[in-house]
Amino acid sequence: MLRLIGRRLLLMVPTLILASMLIFALAEVLPGDVGRSILGPYATQEQVEILNKQLGADKPLYERYLAWAGNFVTGDWGDSLLLKVPVLPTVMKALGNSLVLAAFALVIIVPTSILLGVWAGLRRDSVLDRTITISTLSMTVIPEFVSGVVLLYVFAVWLKWLPVTAMPPDGAPFYERLYYLILPAIPLMFLELGYIARMARVGTVQVLAMPYIRTAVLKGLPRRRVVFGHVLRNAMVPTVTVIGSQVGWLIGGLVVIETLFVYPGIGKLMVDAAQTHDIPLLEASVLMVAILYMVSNLFADIVVALLNPRIRAGA
Amino acid sequence: MSDERNTPFGPEPDLERRVGQLGDDPEMLELRADAAVRAREAELPGTGPRQEKVLEADAAAAAEQRRQRRYLVRALLRSPTFMTGLIIVLFWVFMACFSTLITQDPYAQDALNSLKAPSPSHWFGTDDLGRDVFARAMAGARTVLIIAPLATILALLWGAIIGLIAGFWRGLTDEVMMRLIDVLLALPIIITSILILSLLGSGTAIIIVTIGALFTPVVSRTVRAAVIGEREREYVMAARLRGERSAFVMAREILPNITQPIIVEGTVRLGYAVFTAATLSFLGFGLAPPSADWGLTIATERVFLQIAPWTVLFPAAALASLVVAVNLITDGLGRVWSK
Repeated sequence: MLRLIGRRLLLMVPTLILASMLIFALAEVLPGDVGRSILGPYATQEQVEILNKQLGADKPLYERYLAWAGNFVTGDWGDSLLLKVPVLPTVMKALGNSLVLAAFALVIIVPTSILLGVWAGLRRDSVLDRTITISTLSMTVIPEFVSGVVLLYVFAVWLKWLPVTAMPPDGAPFYERLYYLILPAIPLMFLELGYIARMARVGTVQVLAMPYIRTAVLKGLPRRRVVFGHVLRNAMVPTVTVIGSQVGWLIGGLVVIETLFVYPGIGKLMVDAAQTHDIPLLEASVLMVAILYMVSNLFADIVVALLNPRIRAGA
Repeated sequence: MSDERNTPFGPEPDLERRVGQLGDDPEMLELRADAAVRAREAELPGTGPRQEKVLEADAAAAAEQRRQRRYLVRALLRSPTFMTGLIIVLFWVFMACFSTLITQDPYAQDALNSLKAPSPSHWFGTDDLGRDVFARAMAGARTVLIIAPLATILALLWGAIIGLIAGFWRGLTDEVMMRLIDVLLALPIIITSILILSLLGSGTAIIIVTIGALFTPVVSRTVRAAVIGEREREYVMAARLRGERSAFVMAREILPNITQPIIVEGTVRLGYAVFTAATLSFLGFGLAPPSADWGLTIATERVFLQIAPWTVLFPAAALASLVVAVNLITDGLGRVWSK
């Protein structure tokens, strides 16, 4: 097990280096001239050159990459061009906000989708099964900003049950923050719902066909005990496996939902930095997301390995 | 990872088996074995009667293929999911082509009649500039239906080329190509596309190429898996033994035999391409106003959600119907083909 984790951690290093090169290349090479891409088409060539010198953009490429990567590792992320504040605390604060939202969404996603999936699986091929399957899958394929605005309209504008914004006024207690996060978290849930519920359903259907379930039923175990003691436990493995592979979708969803609800998370920060060509902020936030993405994928793999002895031993 | 999942619609995912799902069902294997035998027979140096037999076998194979195709079409026409999806998609294709001839002008502003509720003269009401929301909701199909299919075709093309080469040659080529492909997937797709579009500027062509390029890795993996399933079969061996060039074997021998997984992959990607294109527009990295694009409209009109919800809800419903319809088609295709 430890060897598996160690090997995966080692594998992460080259991937991370390649990803950082990709980000650096996209941010600094593609636009050709960094100074020009920051100042825009109306700046004079002189201004562009001065800015390039300030940023060190006149040096050779590999030197710039090494300097940037070295500074990133040592925690010197520079200043935001537009906001004129240090990048590191800005990114970290936004990341914290995003993690709160993501964690809250996951807390809703997992039980809801497993519950719906197992329920559909237990009533296989019934009207209930079809209804659950089709509606959860439709929710999953519809873009999150579409379900987001519809939910905003229904619950915040029309019924007025939930607030329109995603952040409570300053100084509000934590539980109130969660209340404000309900509405942004639901479209995030939709994004994953169909897929996870589907896995839970298939898992349930497969487990129900197993001989040990027949044995349990035939020896007169109450249905509740069969479902909770046998079916649920064994149907969970494939379900948990897919939850981990959905992190990329959750991150993409965060970008959109944070923009829609004007929530100060890392997704919103990244979109704003991209729109204003705030290169240092953009690079740092994207690289941070890449690290987060890889770490959560690693975490997901570890959970899968813990659940599946075959993988655990095979590694 | 980011885009690893298949469409949530479609036949039951098989938890045990991951690779080469579609081609592995027994009927197809049998057909393939037949084809392989025929191919082998066809390659034997023939005398007169032998030649005739070959011709007969060819004709039989062609007839079998036609029968299969007819069966497929009939099964699709009977599938309610497929037909529902097809009808909705055709409706939007029609609107994308001809909506401006039927509806009011989607760009005509009317400052005196801004944010008016739905009425007989404006079925879906008017937006903040007094433009007819119905006309814009219908015209909004155009941008999505240009970007998504073209991006999908690009991804299929590149993915097929990379997948064929990697899967056929294996070895170092395969290893290098797949590692490079992995780098593209090191970040969630939406984030890479934001990076690219914000720095390269965003015209329709750039959006198409970006989405196409970012969907290529997943397509090439599917194609590669299918190619690996095919390359050991007799007909490939036969073609190689008679000294065909690799490019010929890939394009003329293997490719026709893996069209099915490629088409299914294409419809899956189309659904995601619609999703991605709309999302990019919404985030402000797609098209610029006054385009009637749905994502863009929702982004710009959402400030009026409280006073004029129709400006947002109708384009939202339109976009939702198109995405669900494309996935229904995928679902129908997958179900029919997996039988």
